[in-house]
Amino acid sequence: MSALAHVPTPAGQPAAPPGVRRGRRRLLPYLLLLPGAAWLLVFFVLPLLQLAAASLYDPSGSLSTGYAMTGEVGNYWVALQAYWPQFARSFAYSAIALVLALLMGYPLAYAIAQKAGRWKNLLLVAVVAPMFTSFLVRTLAWKTILSDNGALVGLLRDVHLLGADGRLLATPFAVVLGLTYNFLPFLVLPLYASLERLDPRLLEAASDLYASPLRAFRRVTLPLSMPGLIAGTLLFFIPATGDYINAELLGTPNEYMIGNVIDSAFLVRLDYPQGAALSFLLMAAILAIVFVYLRRSGTEEVL
Amino acid sequence: MRTMGDETPAGDLRLANLTKRFGIFTAVDDLSLTIPQGSFFALLGASGCGKTTTLRMIAGLEEPTSGQVLLGDRDIAGLRPYKRPVNTVFQSYALFPHLDIHENVAFGLRRRGIRKVTDQVERMLALVQLEGYGRRKPAQLSGGQQQRVALARALINHPQVLLLDEPLGALDLKLRRQMQIELKRIQTEVGITFVHVTHDQEEAMTMADTVAVMNAGRIEQLGAPADIYEYPATAFVANFLGQSNLLAGEAAGHSGDDVAVTAHGARFSVPADRARTDQGTVFLGVRPEKLHLVSGPDEVPAGHQHVGGVVTDASYVGVSTQYLVRTAWGSELSAFAANSGAGGRLPVGAPVTAHWDPRHAFLLPRAAGEDDQTSPVLDEPPVGALS
Amino acid sequence: MRRWLADRWVMGVALLVLGYLSLPIIVVAGLSFNRPSSRLSYDFNEFTLDNWTHPCATSDMCDALVRSMEIGLIATVVSTILGTLMAFALVRHGFRGRSGINGLIFLPMATPELVMGTSLLALFVAAGVPQGFWTIVIAHVMFCVSFVVVTVKARLAGMDRRLEEAAMDLYASEWQTFRRITLPLVLPGIVAAALLAFSLSFDDFIITNFNAGTTVTFPMYVWGAAQRGIPPQVNVIGTAMFAIALLLVGASSLRGRRARRAALAAPVAAVGAPTSAS
Repeated sequence: MSALAHVPTPAGQPAAPPGVRRGRRRLLPYLLLLPGAAWLLVFFVLPLLQLAAASLYDPSGSLSTGYAMTGEVGNYWVALQAYWPQFARSFAYSAIALVLALLMGYPLAYAIAQKAGRWKNLLLVAVVAPMFTSFLVRTLAWKTILSDNGALVGLLRDVHLLGADGRLLATPFAVVLGLTYNFLPFLVLPLYASLERLDPRLLEAASDLYASPLRAFRRVTLPLSMPGLIAGTLLFFIPATGDYINAELLGTPNEYMIGNVIDSAFLVRLDYPQGAALSFLLMAAILAIVFVYLRRSGTEEVL
Repeated sequence: MRTMGDETPAGDLRLANLTKRFGIFTAVDDLSLTIPQGSFFALLGASGCGKTTTLRMIAGLEEPTSGQVLLGDRDIAGLRPYKRPVNTVFQSYALFPHLDIHENVAFGLRRRGIRKVTDQVERMLALVQLEGYGRRKPAQLSGGQQQRVALARALINHPQVLLLDEPLGALDLKLRRQMQIELKRIQTEVGITFVHVTHDQEEAMTMADTVAVMNAGRIEQLGAPADIYEYPATAFVANFLGQSNLLAGEAAGHSGDDVAVTAHGARFSVPADRARTDQGTVFLGVRPEKLHLVSGPDEVPAGHQHVGGVVTDASYVGVSTQYLVRTAWGSELSAFAANSGAGGRLPVGAPVTAHWDPRHAFLLPRAAGEDDQTSPVLDEPPVGALS
Repeated sequence: MRRWLADRWVMGVALLVLGYLSLPIIVVAGLSFNRPSSRLSYDFNEFTLDNWTHPCATSDMCDALVRSMEIGLIATVVSTILGTLMAFALVRHGFRGRSGINGLIFLPMATPELVMGTSLLALFVAAGVPQGFWTIVIAHVMFCVSFVVVTVKARLAGMDRRLEEAAMDLYASEWQTFRRITLPLVLPGIVAAALLAFSLSFDDFIITNFNAGTTVTFPMYVWGAAQRGIPPQVNVIGTAMFAIALLLVGASSLRGRRARRAALAAPVAAVGAPTSAS
């Protein structure tokens, strides 16, 4: 066992004064954080400030002549007056889509988490895998499904749910359906994560204590899935409200949401002050809704 | 340059004025003790008493706020854990899940640049009776087997001190008994100093040569298990290590070789060499198995002292029957009657006289205002508490 | 009968919803074998294998595809490194300003892509930075970092600190402990984070659209083609991406339960991020 006698342990010289070691350790987290935090500060926070500034530029300027910073608060008023219908539509569409998504997503998440047994992973893959196919390609597929010559429209016309020349594509229905489809997994996954942690014995205890299945759901399942429900709702609602791909591909200008307007302000009309003002209004509106929502649901820890 | 390993006599492990504070909480309070080389030492205490923190300071996983950790005459308190000739068997083992058993055991040797490890690993696995398990992953082993891997992984380095942090806590009762004997056998075989942290008084008494009972960051009593049990130093020890009937009383100084005590209106005496104090407020203590029950005062043997009462509960537990006896002043004393075949069982409600040999009683200091203590200190940590 | 229904209806609804979620994929796969009747038609016309045998018949599309992969790879590497470092700092070290850093990581996940895209555009225009390949990379790293942090953090937080203490106790220095214990145990989380970052980058349209200049990525190509008529090869790519994703999950499940769990946990952890961001 002489091989064991190898580790030199310097007796006279203590390895490093603890103070020095502690000093270096204290610096380490900042070094680890620095590159990522700097990236986010320069390319996330700074742009938001620039966007705020741009929303106050003199709207009579242009990209080629340059903009003057005049603190033009009126940009907001003008933008709101011109585009309030699109604003209202954005929130209305995403709210309807959210309700639909909850009705579909909760049973799905619950079934995967509690009822699927050994099929759990397979079902989870079925939810996640579509997200790996291009968002745009999947949205375009709805164009085929909802097409005027497609099987679905034909069927609905035959049973007279649609008139002889009734359509699905290019209607608000198509846009809401697309929004629901595209963001449903973002609602399901966090919901699944919190429902998976739900101990089924709690439901047995509830029914042992005279709770009907409905009551057990309301008093036990629902409150315990609240964190996932809140996270999922936000993850659904925020991107759905800012989306314009569904409105563009599945709707017509009559279904345009605020995203379509902002897109064209920046990339077609090149009206930066107005585009910036609209962007900021969108963000402010979403933040306000999120804040009120979190307040009312009593979970500030989510932020 | 020193080397470590079995050739170098390690010397005793000494803790000198060791203190650890976490914010305003003092986990270990000015602790000083000497653990002789080659001994099996147990730190016993309830959860949160500072025993694990003490262990972690010896291992180098926690930096002391002040004080010294001396191995022989060398202060190792400032060394990083990997510079210390000390190894640890962790609570719930901390086996590396991505390495197989062989690599887990070889880990320490490899880190010290030793290339040929197979023989030593095989020998060590044999010592803990796990030959042929080298290629398995920790998750494929039972709790008891994992425990032995953790032991082998530490012992293979021939540390001067082996630290065991509640090493048997995760095992069920029968396996725990078996491992207690096993651990003791291995300790005798390798002759390394073992420092064992536990909240299980039976485990500490079974294995250790010396037990230190810790409470609130301090050592309440230190000594051989039998000495501590037979003659505890404080009320805490009397009720943490086993169970005691402590009657509140007043000591009235020496009378001859005895100390006279008045408790609940009756007069008792305790030999002076079993009295921690002879004046003021005291506890008169008798262990339940030293308390005998008879039907009346006339059956009390000569020289024994007694109190009267009524049986309120009788629990038959096989090796003995455990009685609760309510005294005239309302305290419930515990008495264990060995199931040796002699004498029948007493029914609940029977008036009895409990008597004891004064040489089995002991006298402890008591804070004024404290009443009788007749139930054991619970050593079960609350769910979710730190150990 | 009532009991049977009560036990099964949730599963029934779930399967219907899964059908709704899978329908577009099935259509995409079907259309990848379609010879369209006209450029602007989205209906199934005639079966053909041409699209699969000639995926690059429209070379613009394949150029865009390659560009998306390049951008995805660079953005993945950079964001995985930055995010992993941050995750280590957050889980393993105490420092001042933790809540500020948590907010900085959480906010990009809660901000509409539209706002991030337009604000970066405003910055690049104001700073006079010409937009193109590298501005896309910058944008992608920005929105991927947070997801990497959250994914790696979840894995790291689930790791028993005592394993590292045990390594140090067994003569491993700080660096050896990291190399032999921490890194191998966190690696599945890092790999999952990288896969997630790649798929986020590869599929991003909105932010890219505002910061691409004249550079065309695959989603931007699809967007542009949607106005002019979609070549059926787009569906080939869509189907192939889905197949590759399934293969990756399948391969990880062959490698054992732990790997599969990690692979599945990544999107769950990342998407479930806001619940654990504090």
